Amino acid sequence: MHNFMESIAIPTAALVFSLLIFSGFVAFSGNNVLEVLAAIYQGAFGSWFSWQNTLVRAAPLMLTALCTALPARSGLIIIGGEGAMVVGGLCATLTGISLNGLPPFFVISSMACSGVLSGGAWIAAVGALKHYRNVNETISSLLLNYIAIAILNFLILGLLRDPATLNKPSSFPIGDANMLGTIGTTSIHAGLIFGLVVCGLLWFVIRRTTFGFSIDMIGGNIRAAQISGLAVGKLIIITCFLGGAAAGLAGMIEIAAVHGRANTSLNAGYGYAGILVAFIARYNPLAIIPVAILLGGIRASSGLLQRSFDLPDATTLVLQGIIFIVILASGAVYGRLNWFKPKGDSP
Amino acid sequence: MNDTGLGFSGVLIAVLGGAVRVGTPFLFVSLGECLTEKSGRINLGLEGNLIMGAMSGYAVAYLSGSPWLGVLVAGTSGMLLGFLHALLCQQQRVNDIAVGIAMMMFGTGLAFYLGKSFIQPVAPRLPAIALGGWSDSAVVRAALDINVLFIIGTLLAVAMAWFFRHAKWGLLLRTVGESRNAALAMGINVHRVRLYATMAGGFLAGVGGSFLSLYYPGSWNEGLSSGQGLMAVALVIFARWNPLYCLYTSLLFGGAAALGPALQSVGVSGGYYLFNAAPYILTLGIMMMTASSQQRCAGMPGELSNV
Amino acid sequence: MSHTTNKGKINPGRRRLLKGLSALGAAGLMNGFGPAPLWAAAKVKMGFIYVGPRDDYGYNQAHFEGKSAVATLDWVKAVDEENVPETIEVIKTMESMINLDGAQVIFPTSFGYFDPHILKTAPKYPKVMFLHCGGLWDEKKHPKNVGSYFGYIDEPVYLSGVVAGHMSKTGKLGYIAAIPIPQVLRNINSFTLGARSVNPKITTNVVFTGGWANPVKEAEAANSMADQGIDVLTCHVDSPKVVVQTAEKRGIYCCGYHTDQSVLAPKGFLTGAEWNWSKVYIDYAQMIKTGKPIPNLVRGGLKEGIVKSSPYGMTVTAKAKENADAVRKKFMDGSMIVYQGPMKDNTGKMAIPAGTRYSQTDIWLESMNWLVEGVIGTTKS
Repeated sequence: MHNFMESIAIPTAALVFSLLIFSGFVAFSGNNVLEVLAAIYQGAFGSWFSWQNTLVRAAPLMLTALCTALPARSGLIIIGGEGAMVVGGLCATLTGISLNGLPPFFVISSMACSGVLSGGAWIAAVGALKHYRNVNETISSLLLNYIAIAILNFLILGLLRDPATLNKPSSFPIGDANMLGTIGTTSIHAGLIFGLVVCGLLWFVIRRTTFGFSIDMIGGNIRAAQISGLAVGKLIIITCFLGGAAAGLAGMIEIAAVHGRANTSLNAGYGYAGILVAFIARYNPLAIIPVAILLGGIRASSGLLQRSFDLPDATTLVLQGIIFIVILASGAVYGRLNWFKPKGDSP
Repeated sequence: MNDTGLGFSGVLIAVLGGAVRVGTPFLFVSLGECLTEKSGRINLGLEGNLIMGAMSGYAVAYLSGSPWLGVLVAGTSGMLLGFLHALLCQQQRVNDIAVGIAMMMFGTGLAFYLGKSFIQPVAPRLPAIALGGWSDSAVVRAALDINVLFIIGTLLAVAMAWFFRHAKWGLLLRTVGESRNAALAMGINVHRVRLYATMAGGFLAGVGGSFLSLYYPGSWNEGLSSGQGLMAVALVIFARWNPLYCLYTSLLFGGAAALGPALQSVGVSGGYYLFNAAPYILTLGIMMMTASSQQRCAGMPGELSNV
Repeated sequence: MSHTTNKGKINPGRRRLLKGLSALGAAGLMNGFGPAPLWAAAKVKMGFIYVGPRDDYGYNQAHFEGKSAVATLDWVKAVDEENVPETIEVIKTMESMINLDGAQVIFPTSFGYFDPHILKTAPKYPKVMFLHCGGLWDEKKHPKNVGSYFGYIDEPVYLSGVVAGHMSKTGKLGYIAAIPIPQVLRNINSFTLGARSVNPKITTNVVFTGGWANPVKEAEAANSMADQGIDVLTCHVDSPKVVVQTAEKRGIYCCGYHTDQSVLAPKGFLTGAEWNWSKVYIDYAQMIKTGKPIPNLVRGGLKEGIVKSSPYGMTVTAKAKENADAVRKKFMDGSMIVYQGPMKDNTGKMAIPAGTRYSQTDIWLESMNWLVEGVIGTTKS
């Protein structure tokens, strides 16, 4: 029980502490702290409009966070969500373009499949390189981001370019019929549902299946896992595949729900923001949901800060950085807080 | 080719000159990373140090009129970020790669936030040493306009190679990096050694940033770094944790970045995205070829495989 | 900070906004009921959106300066947001400006905001005008409350080319550009045509950096070009600062772009092509104030005052000035036609057959995908 109490109390305390540091920062820059904090709240969660703004931004982060969170459970630090998202979006677009005209449900499902498979393969390659060649997974996934973006740029200015897209070079469109709609009467696109479902599903896999248990075992002690006869290499590669698949799906949604065609907007930094979400959520797929919403909210409030206080947009970058650092530092506190422990319980 | 220009020999000169100009920030950051990693810790956040160094160096150079004071402040700001990084990593169950990413975000955000008012002003530049004074050709002279920081960086690479191999402290550092337990058994304060190594590494990365803003390209804006700090971390692996190889690979990366524009300027155009991606593909390829599942790579500090 | 200058001036509105923060929740509920919450009545409310930092010495700064100019009018309230990516985030920014700030007119200034983001948002807010910079509004396809405005900046770029043609000794010019899109290609062609009107043997080398903001690549391109004997440089990237400074350092001439960069290169600066958005934005504000209908398509060049040339640098010869001013006069009276046949592209194909003339307003020119004879470079990625 005290584990659960800790996992709520420590992040909350860390969040409050980060806001305190941020307040000092705001005060130093000559703004009224309470007004700024109130504006952040208003811009993020203050009204139904703000909530929609927040949720729309949170949706892709849920999926890209999984790209870091899942492999991290098996001990691999992967920062390739951006690349997997780009590759997934690109392949989904290719599928959409070539199947355009067939029944939309079939086209959309095929797009999702190709996004998932390509994104998954992209990160699975990182896992394979790590396992079979001992190539540092953090660095190789980073390099693959740059390579994915270069491929995207190369294709949308070359082979895939729709000549009708004049000053924003883009691929041919996937067709209006194949676009994902919004949820009910809101302005939130279907990507949010994908995010919630996939996070929930993967939480179940991690917590309730032998596979999930094996992954955590590898992450805990790879030698022990090997000795106990687990197929470590295979499991690591599958985990990486699942993570990459989630990011690839995020890319597909970005195409199918927002842009309708592939262009440089696919590379908008969601992959990098997802890393932050994964770490704050401590690699827990279910915790990713509230963390993504929190971060989406902070990003949503950036506009209001700019318009009402003339604060530069980097203000929310600073806030994100502070939260990230404090949450990481708070990791050291786990298991040390006595007041959550029942008497006689040894750590 | 056209008869008025230098043609392809010009490409060669541009690539050589570019290797030095573009390579210097890589050199400083990779030396900093090399030093930190030798102590058994990865600092992935040097991109943040680089950007913070670029901003603070530019700001101070503009305000004080002295670019060298700017370099010093750039290094100091990098050192402070390194200090914070080390402090966080000393805590239990805190992953140094995660801290690195957090520091990168924090450093970048802080630099953008504080740097807004320094985008417009023009700060004094670092001076260059005209090693090409003997030549009649303006092209050769321009390519041999070598910045003092590059020379310092080169000497530093040599000094660091010697330091790791022969100095008592270098041995101490390597021991900590090879095996924490062995170091503890010898009575070495592991935390302190890593703290100093991370701070010194952060300092160098900050200086690398000041080269970007105060010399080449020589101005501050938010798009100044295109991930040089991140690439430098990859470069250290490429360089097998050897400071002299850091020098060579920095020059190689710099030259590779210069090759695309140089070829286009003589009319060999097209494929520039592939040229832009070449250094990344090259690094990945070399990592694949030289790494091995059987043993850890030569030169790799033992503690790094335990993170 | 450059944007603090107008901070004081929009302060009254800002105060009110702060007081209104508690009312924001209520304003949010008005989503769909149109703009203009009561507490901010009577002023013309405008929202500006930039894709990059507002003080980049280039494209975004040009718009920010326009916004700052219109914000000095005491009957205008202007809000802005920088670094807004061309994703769903710009939709949310536009909606926030409408719902929370009561903006009546939105100026999303980056090309990529248009399709699909503006086209998707505009039908939801029929009372708000969405005026987009760069895109081409089409009566048949696009909503009525969308419009577009742009300047024929290739006119002053042509003039830069004329001056460059006079000043170049080697006959080799350099153009550093981001990516090969029609706007960029048209500028490169006009620059080259301007220079070749002086000396038909002149060539222009093009380097595409592959991105709108990549200072190291831009500097490297500038150095390589100087090495190749190119003695006049210009560029089309988001921020020309690095190119202009590098040219100055290498002791060659340069022409500016987007804003006035003459202070960055006191010796080598020749002239430059600049936007004059303040005029455009003040015109729009006046139309809204007086209740005049807003035209869906506003386009113009030197004559309409939407673009202008930077002042000549010290070194520009009298002859060059005389020639450029003569051409400017022809642009002003509308007699200047830049694109007329026969005109070959740089692969030797006939791009414009003899006898065909394209005046500035011709839409054909807006989909330019070729480089004119005399340009060394390719439109392929």
